[in-house]
Amino acid sequence: MAKKREITEYTIDPAAQKMIIRAESMGIGTAFSRADNMVPCNIGAAGMCCKQCGMGPCRLTKNGDVGVCGASMDTIQARNLTRSIAAGSAAHSDHGRDMAFTLKAVANHETEGYTIKDVAKLRQVASLNNIKVEGRSPDEIANELADLYISQFGQQRGVLVPTKRATKKRQELWRQTGVLPRGVDREVVEALHRTHIGDDQDYAHILDHAIRTSMADGWGGSMIATDISDILFGTPAPILGQANLGVLKTDMVNVVVHGHEPTLSEMIVAATQDPEIIEYAHAAGAKGIQLSGICCTANETLMRQGIPAAGNFLHQELSIMTGAVEAMVVDVQCIMQALVELASHFHTKIITTSPKVKITGATHIEFDEHHALTVAKNILKVAIDNYKNRGEIQIPDDKEDLIPGFSHEYINYMLGGSYRASFRPLNDAIMSGRIRGVAAIVGCNNPRSKQDYLHVKVVRELLKQDVLVVQTGCGAIASAKLGLMLGEAGLDQVGPGLREICETIGIPPVLHMGSCVDNTRILTVLTQMAEEGGLGDDIDQIPAVGLAPEWMSEKALAIATYCVASGAYVIFGGQSPIGGMPDRVKDSDHVLNYISEGWEKQFGGKLEFIPDPEEMIKASLAHIDKKRAALGLPAWDPTKFGKSGDSRMLELEALPLEQRREAIYG
Amino acid sequence: MSRYIATRAIRGANALVTEAEFMLERAIAEKGAETPISFPNTAYYLPTIYALIGIPVETLGQLKDVIKHARELLHPSPAKKHWTPYLGETLDSGMATLFAAETIEAIRFIYNLQPERKPGFTLAGGTAYPALGDQGGYLNGPIDDIRLRSWGISLVDGRMPGFAAIVGCAKSNEVAVKIVRELQKRNILTFLCGNVNGRSIIDQLQEEGVELGYDTYTVPFGTDTISAIYPLGFAARSALTFGGMKPGMAQDILLYNKERVFAFVLALGEVDDLKYAAAAGAINFGFPVIADTVIPEILPTGVTTYEHVVSMPFDKIDGVDDLERAERLIQKCIEVRGVKIKMTEVPIPVSYGSAFEGEVVRKADLRVEFGGKHSRCYEYLYTAPLEEVVDGKVDVVGPDFSAIPAQGNMSVGVVIKVAGRSMQTDFEPVLERQIHYFVNGASGIQHVGQRDIAWIRISKAAADKGFSLSDIGKILHARFHADFGAIVDKVQVTVYTDPVEFEKWLETARGTYDFRNKRLADLTDDKVEEFYSCTLCQSFAPNHVCVVSPQRLGLCGAYNWLDCKASFNINPTGPNQPIKLGKSIDFKKGYWSGTNDYAAMGSHGVVNEVSMYSIMENPMTACGCFECIVMLIPEANGVMIVSREDTSMTPAGMTFSTLAGIAGGGLQTPGVMGVGKFYLISPKFISADGGFKRVVWMSSVLKETMADEFATVANREGDPDLIEKIADERSAGTVDELLAWLEAHQHPAMIMEPMF
Repeated sequence: MAKKREITEYTIDPAAQKMIIRAESMGIGTAFSRADNMVPCNIGAAGMCCKQCGMGPCRLTKNGDVGVCGASMDTIQARNLTRSIAAGSAAHSDHGRDMAFTLKAVANHETEGYTIKDVAKLRQVASLNNIKVEGRSPDEIANELADLYISQFGQQRGVLVPTKRATKKRQELWRQTGVLPRGVDREVVEALHRTHIGDDQDYAHILDHAIRTSMADGWGGSMIATDISDILFGTPAPILGQANLGVLKTDMVNVVVHGHEPTLSEMIVAATQDPEIIEYAHAAGAKGIQLSGICCTANETLMRQGIPAAGNFLHQELSIMTGAVEAMVVDVQCIMQALVELASHFHTKIITTSPKVKITGATHIEFDEHHALTVAKNILKVAIDNYKNRGEIQIPDDKEDLIPGFSHEYINYMLGGSYRASFRPLNDAIMSGRIRGVAAIVGCNNPRSKQDYLHVKVVRELLKQDVLVVQTGCGAIASAKLGLMLGEAGLDQVGPGLREICETIGIPPVLHMGSCVDNTRILTVLTQMAEEGGLGDDIDQIPAVGLAPEWMSEKALAIATYCVASGAYVIFGGQSPIGGMPDRVKDSDHVLNYISEGWEKQFGGKLEFIPDPEEMIKASLAHIDKKRAALGLPAWDPTKFGKSGDSRMLELEALPLEQRREAIYG
Repeated sequence: MSRYIATRAIRGANALVTEAEFMLERAIAEKGAETPISFPNTAYYLPTIYALIGIPVETLGQLKDVIKHARELLHPSPAKKHWTPYLGETLDSGMATLFAAETIEAIRFIYNLQPERKPGFTLAGGTAYPALGDQGGYLNGPIDDIRLRSWGISLVDGRMPGFAAIVGCAKSNEVAVKIVRELQKRNILTFLCGNVNGRSIIDQLQEEGVELGYDTYTVPFGTDTISAIYPLGFAARSALTFGGMKPGMAQDILLYNKERVFAFVLALGEVDDLKYAAAAGAINFGFPVIADTVIPEILPTGVTTYEHVVSMPFDKIDGVDDLERAERLIQKCIEVRGVKIKMTEVPIPVSYGSAFEGEVVRKADLRVEFGGKHSRCYEYLYTAPLEEVVDGKVDVVGPDFSAIPAQGNMSVGVVIKVAGRSMQTDFEPVLERQIHYFVNGASGIQHVGQRDIAWIRISKAAADKGFSLSDIGKILHARFHADFGAIVDKVQVTVYTDPVEFEKWLETARGTYDFRNKRLADLTDDKVEEFYSCTLCQSFAPNHVCVVSPQRLGLCGAYNWLDCKASFNINPTGPNQPIKLGKSIDFKKGYWSGTNDYAAMGSHGVVNEVSMYSIMENPMTACGCFECIVMLIPEANGVMIVSREDTSMTPAGMTFSTLAGIAGGGLQTPGVMGVGKFYLISPKFISADGGFKRVVWMSSVLKETMADEFATVANREGDPDLIEKIADERSAGTVDELLAWLEAHQHPAMIMEPMF
């Protein structure tokens, strides 16, 4: 029986702490307490349990143990990891598939409420895919693009088209190593097939396919999802937003959207602007509707519309704990079944909307893009009708502003404007050493570690070391809650070189690049940096590192793997799901070593699990410095930089006019 | 950017675009949308707008789209708290500022407010405004295409390493003069604009009697910040003229400037919103900004090659006095832009640099002259064995000019003895010809002519500063080492004023001149086994290749076959490479396997064949630096030749500027060719198409300046009156007039076989 942790050990977020106290005082369990109560199975945690067939489950715990069929530890671990990656890839890619179908329906005017908001991106993406754009209407182009993208899922032969966006060198490497994905569904199906009883039983060979399956995500379904989200809802650009539970309103109808796809949430955003709905809310005695988001739905609406984020993954229960949420509208992925029981203590309605997701006890209002606006309004009406049932509420006053919206298109723009957009200034900054390197810190929350603690600890320390941080998903919201996504943080939370860069461009030191499906934006940025020149000719040479300190989902494993395939060093926090028990069981760490050293030999990237944040930081900096040295770049030296900026001018302007005249010459 | 700069630049941009909008509305209301607008003597419309947006603006009404685009580029100023990024937004606002500024200047031309009037001011060479008469009283306004092209040559050969756009007003007149002198010394083209509280550096320099204009490489555009659009228009055009870029290829044009045009902005005195906005525009070109006051610095690199904005508060600069501080300031500018200076420290008591080459010493300012009407001056360079030359030794044999009365004259012989392991006698005339440029670089010294018809004038100012005969030797010693160090190891100079020695050396020199004449004349295309390539201009016209033969010099007029040969010896991996002729494919038209192969390689596959002697078939391409354009006039069965100096309309219905657009950029256009003017007198001049007899029209300036040479050609062609039969801009401005003239003068082209 595990020990119950102190509340300060659950989370560093004061808003979360307040809600956990409330939950405990009301005798309500949350993921935090359940994590205390639920001791993980140590054999499963090490990846050494096989339940692929009815002869098992087989638990391999001693030297030389094999399964009933004779499967070795390596095979079992490789199969377990590959199945997780397949599930993660399936989740992201199915999201992409739905986006493609929505695009097709929008192009055919079969939907309600949607338009193609970003025609420029449509044309750009179409051109990238050799679809003729000149002289054609957006609908025609979108139709052809949607057909192409839909075909990627069921494609049997050939190569997924987004892989052509990688550097030439990387594509050649993929060709040689035979990991180029053929079709999204085919790779996932084959992953399940190969890991079935009595199939692929050579761990390296299984793991080759794990790479290919993850590629179908990162260079397939996810990339398609991001493309289409931008086309339909607009490519993100910086915008002022807010994060944390304090965004909930005492006198408004609070609707929280939670999950992953922007299709429904965007329409709910639109419906909240509808005069009829506003009037309906007023009639119910509310001042209006406050929409906020949780998880990646939050990220999608935050970076496009500035809709506040109520919190990250572990805030889904805590937002309901405020008693102030009339409805939590969910679609897919990362939605805890616990919500329904938790909501029963309050008036909150849990509304499931996806044809793929029902939760026992929840209200189901199925979403359908053909009647999207109508469905959205109906959902809002249910929430408004529920306003009168509100009981005692407790909304923490914690919230922080942030500037999200750093799509790769905007990053390109922000470095040179419409006429000189390029990655040159960013590459220059890294080459000179003002920026020591780049860290992508992404991924989930995990109640087994202190919420946000690892994210923020690593982010803060790397910033001081002049490492520019980009974030997506729940990690992004962790930094947002602490004000690290504001321009001001670029002035006082960072090393001197990075400060110069932040001040020159006007960026926060931590760039919010979107939802977890948007990790493909990071691939695009890294590819463009490699192509800009000066940082080698491929992603594996760039002084960059990827981290997911608080990961928990299978999607995270898929992301990690496609990043490795793309050449990145990826560090996960917590325990490896295939870590074996090397201290007790000899040779149970072959797979663990293979995805590090083996993959590095093949792809220049590797996946490692480091639970301790200090070690994570050390490994990140060591890797960055190693890559700098390999490129022949000067070693990081913070004393060389930091001279530019406004401070001297602002001192001068503080002088009385007469003295200022004198002082301008020094 | 910094948030401070972003705030001020964006504010300035918004204000200027709004002003341009108002002016445009009013102008359209008062003058009508169809009113034609243009800058003087340019084929590039309003050049910044044309190059970067691609709109060839010819009427007021067309500016509406320009302003609409400028408005789309504007952004709100960054918030005081929780700001969104501002670098891209500020750069865009900078572009909007430039489009608005060019719009405003164009409208001012309609209202006769440009060029800016400045009573009492006379340009030392500038853009021509026939309507304003020749009394002066105005600043330069935009640079015309003639100057753009001729400065192009200097840009190509590195004599002019870049340009400085100075905006504002220096701390004192003394500093203003020093800044300009420092720039001139380094041959950096200096553009002047703007003011601080109504006072401009142009005023400062005018008060100090500094000559401003094309001739001194120091161009006063206007006393407001808006006139800073002119240097940027110059920069934008250079990418079109020399870079082969097409209008609208904005990013390429801006990157061309970043990579190849070494310009920077020097902001003198307090910087206001509009200056910040214009500076943001300049940064788009990759031109950094250096200020002599406290402003926020932007030291990271990327949009510019090195730092974006550097602040050097003048009083904080290390230096014993303001003059030294000014010098340091300029050194910093050069460092920040990475300007490649071919700087020669010439140890003489006057300033030195190519910027002084155009300087004229007028009779009133004259201290003494050598040569000219009343005395003789000659120059003679010869090769001697290494042990016979004492490097750096300068002797004056005979009296110096101290005894000569003011404005008097004396005979002087300058004899240079050089030695070098790679020196060849073939190079002697090449080196000797440099004396003109070298001596002219000294401030207050004028040099004209060569050999035994040289003519040197020394101004009072130069003599007062202590310039003496031995300084001529010091100049030559320094410059031969600097420019020809690869072939010249030792240089010794003797200046003869003693009459006996003078005569003795004159005889020797004349003997050598004769020998060289014969050898040069003997040097024909059929007597050599290799021609030379010249890719000096490829930094500007990436696909252009000159093929230089003994009988066809480079189109810029500056490089003949011997020069190229010397250049190859000086720098074996340099821009002049020998082209082995290989197999002769067609000697009449001038095809060899070697030249064709080289053209294909050197032009990166754009040009596959080149004919050395025909304008009709695979003519040689041109960068944009040509001295003349030769163009077919089909109706006349001949060609016309337009000189770069000629701004008038030609029978082809186009001026030089417009024609240059067709002839340049490294493309083959049959019937059009850019050439050096000495090619006109070569027996190989379009010899495949009938030769010089095809010339039916020629700019009068050519007829006058090359009268002797053309007389020889006429005799060679067997028609001594041939030159009189050729029309010019005074006799024929249209094809009809031309045909009438040819008919009346029985020009031989009328009865020659058809050209095509």
